[in-house]
Amino acid sequence: MIYWQLFLAFFRIGIFGYGGGPTMIPLVHAECVKKYNWVSAEEFADYYALGNALPGPIATKMAAYVGYKMKAWLGATVAITAVSLPVVIGMVVLMQFVSVLKNSSTVNGMIQAIQPVIAVMMITLTYEFFIKGWKGAQKKSGYLGLLALSIVGLLLLDIHPGLLVAVILLGAFLYSTWHAKQQKAKEQRSSRQL
Amino acid sequence: MIYLQIFWAFFIANILGYGGGPPGIPLVQNEVVNHYHWLTNQEFGEILAVANALPSPISTKLAGYIGYEVAGVPGAVVGLIATVAPTAIAMILLLGFMNVFQKAPQIKAMTQSVRSIVAVMLGILAYEFIQGSIEQIGWVHTLILAAAAFFFLENRKIHPAVVIAGAMVYGVVFLH
Repeated sequence: MIYWQLFLAFFRIGIFGYGGGPTMIPLVHAECVKKYNWVSAEEFADYYALGNALPGPIATKMAAYVGYKMKAWLGATVAITAVSLPVVIGMVVLMQFVSVLKNSSTVNGMIQAIQPVIAVMMITLTYEFFIKGWKGAQKKSGYLGLLALSIVGLLLLDIHPGLLVAVILLGAFLYSTWHAKQQKAKEQRSSRQL
Repeated sequence: MIYLQIFWAFFIANILGYGGGPPGIPLVQNEVVNHYHWLTNQEFGEILAVANALPSPISTKLAGYIGYEVAGVPGAVVGLIATVAPTAIAMILLLGFMNVFQKAPQIKAMTQSVRSIVAVMLGILAYEFIQGSIEQIGWVHTLILAAAAFFFLENRKIHPAVVIAGAMVYGVVFLH
């Protein structure tokens, strides 16, 4: 039952995604790439990059596309519902106990202990994507150049990731169009010479 | 009418809340407190505190709960749809478009070059999580939890949900 699996996977992602959006990224990876093989690691990277170029929370955007890929619009609806609705119900219930919860050090301790776990998952993912990108790159120098550009843009210039993704996408589009034209011109020239 | 207002409030807050998450909070506050007067600032603060204690993105929690406060269950549904649907549809259309032209050299170049930035983004997030953790619980607890997480996730291949649940138990016992 693919619908049930979709629901279960995104339910878990929603429930254990403590600390908001970014926390959920390694969880989406664990469920959709590793556990169920719904998407490849490359597709996952594409979703993540593109998702960052659009507004709104990242987890629901990824849920939407994974769900859509598996079972079109109904799949997308199931995945989004699973990732967002249970927590809203939790909100409604918890609001009844506001005053108790607000100052609870137990709850704080629980949430804080999760951070290092998420950090480890992110480090592993970073490493995996770095290696994958390196192996898949046609031009190693181009890959390193983009990597450097990303580091400078995100860390030093503090450019919004979504904006940087958009710029890189546009740049890649223009460059490859120009490159293809050059290639064509070259072929025409060589065929004329023959 | 109220449903239309709920939809519009959360639609605007999320479309403008580029990047999602915490940067979007003031935008939601502006709509529900300053513009529509559904809540006082104090009520909004309480909702925010509880939302922060729960998992998942902050924007869906706020939209769902405030929608519920204002107009019951249908209000919650409308708030959620306004938050989630527009960008979900944009995402599906955009990726669908890329799939159709998968073979084009432009699309290949675009997907390949975007992968480098993904690695950097994830690296930065990892760094921020570690930094935040050291600030809040100190480097000893951070190191213990990180080492244990690495062992169970990578060596034992235990599901992240189980590891996170384990970390929560550790938090209850040692961190308060």
